Amino acid sequence: MGKKGKGKIKKRLKYFSNTRVYEYQDQAFKYFGLCCTLIGVVVLMLLLGDVLYRGLSRLDWDFIMGLPSRRAAKAGIYTAWVGTLWIMVLTAVIAFPIGISAGLYLEEYNKKSRLSNIIEINIANLAGVPSIIYGLLGLELFARALKLGESVLTGALTLSLLILPIIIVSTREALKAVPYSIREGSYALGASKWQTIWYQVLPAAVSGIFTGVILSLSRAIGETAPLIVIGALTFVPFVPESVMDSFTVLPIQIFNWVSRPQKEFSENAAAAIIILLSITFIMNGIAVYIRHKWQKKVKW
Amino acid sequence: MKKIIFSGAVIFSVFATSFFGCGPKNKPEEKGESKLSGTVEIDGSSTVYPITEATAEEFRVENPDVKVTIGVSGTGGGFKKFVRSEIDIAEASRPIKKSEDSATSAAKIEYIELPIAYDGLAVVVNPQNTWVDYLTVEELKKIWEPEAQGKIVKWNQIRPNWPNEEIHLFGAGHESGTFDYFTEAIVGKAKASRGDYTASEDDNVLVQGISTDKFALGYFGLAYFTENKDKLKLIPIDDKKDENGKGPILASDETVKNGTYQPLSRPLFIYVNKKSSDTNPSIDSFVHFYIDNAETLVVDAKYIPLSKAVYDLVKTRFKEKKTGSVFLDKESTVGVKLEEVLK
Repeated sequence: MGKKGKGKIKKRLKYFSNTRVYEYQDQAFKYFGLCCTLIGVVVLMLLLGDVLYRGLSRLDWDFIMGLPSRRAAKAGIYTAWVGTLWIMVLTAVIAFPIGISAGLYLEEYNKKSRLSNIIEINIANLAGVPSIIYGLLGLELFARALKLGESVLTGALTLSLLILPIIIVSTREALKAVPYSIREGSYALGASKWQTIWYQVLPAAVSGIFTGVILSLSRAIGETAPLIVIGALTFVPFVPESVMDSFTVLPIQIFNWVSRPQKEFSENAAAAIIILLSITFIMNGIAVYIRHKWQKKVKW
Repeated sequence: MKKIIFSGAVIFSVFATSFFGCGPKNKPEEKGESKLSGTVEIDGSSTVYPITEATAEEFRVENPDVKVTIGVSGTGGGFKKFVRSEIDIAEASRPIKKSEDSATSAAKIEYIELPIAYDGLAVVVNPQNTWVDYLTVEELKKIWEPEAQGKIVKWNQIRPNWPNEEIHLFGAGHESGTFDYFTEAIVGKAKASRGDYTASEDDNVLVQGISTDKFALGYFGLAYFTENKDKLKLIPIDDKKDENGKGPILASDETVKNGTYQPLSRPLFIYVNKKSSDTNPSIDSFVHFYIDNAETLVVDAKYIPLSKAVYDLVKTRFKEKKTGSVFLDKESTVGVKLEEVLK
């Protein structure tokens, strides 16, 4: 064997030993990743298990349709979940059109300029502002300056502000994911800008947009702090009949029950948490469904 | 795109039907014969909330068309709304402050001050704590005053024959009326407290903490002790004043009511907007209902009722619409006998 041959073998050996190292790294990271995933899942399971264990026995039709009461066994969450639904629908009606339109404008129409940069940075920052700040804004602006009081409308407007940045950002991300060639193809066939957006870009992006939008709404219905700040009430023995009525929501009811001295109330809180979780799960389910359905339709 | 709008409409209509689908339940049960209708808006202390909640619930049975709503913005938050005329009744776990009183007169609001119950503050330790037999107000002050921060850290610093172990303190959070009252009664100045202790607005957290820590000491509302008797040990308090009971006194319904558990028992109040009660018959009848049923409903809500004589005085006070506070010229409610000041 000549010198040349030896060198080749050495090189090859080095290559092999390196792959071994890489393989170890690969395996190590795989298990590390698995552990990280499991932490999240296990904690969630423990929480869910605990809530189900405590609350499931309390959950029945009377609880869901009952009015608030000082007796834990008689108390229900009817006004609370109806309030949550009101807030949810109204927030959706207000925030979705504004958020999606703003996202569309920023992504499709807006020309790059210093002003647009400032706007973009601001929106990204707003997504990180603590929710209680939005509550204070809502209290001053909607409840007091606009004299809307502690109404469903004030609550929905405040939560709309809270989720607007998230909707805008996720709309833009979804639009960005649509390849530019689709737009160019559309223009090439003589379509106007609006036609291109309406018939090509939006249908392609809709699954992404709706996923973001519905997840942001799930976040909104879990919020307590901003609603407490704007003056959502704790004891409301009637359901809102118009957008100007006072209201309560599930998270506030849960918060109230958890801090009561009697243990039976914590059972109620657990049962109410199950309902709130179910609403969130249903929402997320709808998001998954829409994404799935629309992804299938997009064929390029 | 049409499909999106359509599926959106479907989702929307599902929500919409879920509102109207439960129509019949919206209507209050038609039991009462009263013709009263209108709204009664209440906000304020979360301590008083359970009593008002009980009252509102019972009131509804007789007056199904009166919409009573209650918020829990805290005593201070409640008064702020009261001054803005956003609510008709403010609940308070302490009497109105001078600054709040002048705010009401600036806003041309007259109010009627009505005590409705007593609340006791319990000082508790872990059941495994065998050494603490009682505490004097002096000792409590030594533990909780601001100067104690970082200095009083061991049990034997309070009494030399107590163990040489760290003391773990649990108390009310800074926003609560309980914190205001405890500091005022023990340290002598509201909100003056050491800061190095486990603070929570949620008394259940404090119960949890003390019941799992042998060297813990803490305070919170008496109702939370009553509900967790088996997990905690209540400490008798000696205020060294013989005129209201000699020696250390254990908090109980009896000792809070007869004024011997001092200084850690306090009255709870509601403040009624006089104009609202004059113009809105629902509010007038709600407040009457409140006072008339307080004796039973206060017990239901795990607080301690005033004596019959005091309730009578409160009732006359409301009937005569006597405005203003009897506590403005007093430093605090600590040690005040309601029978005397209401006359």
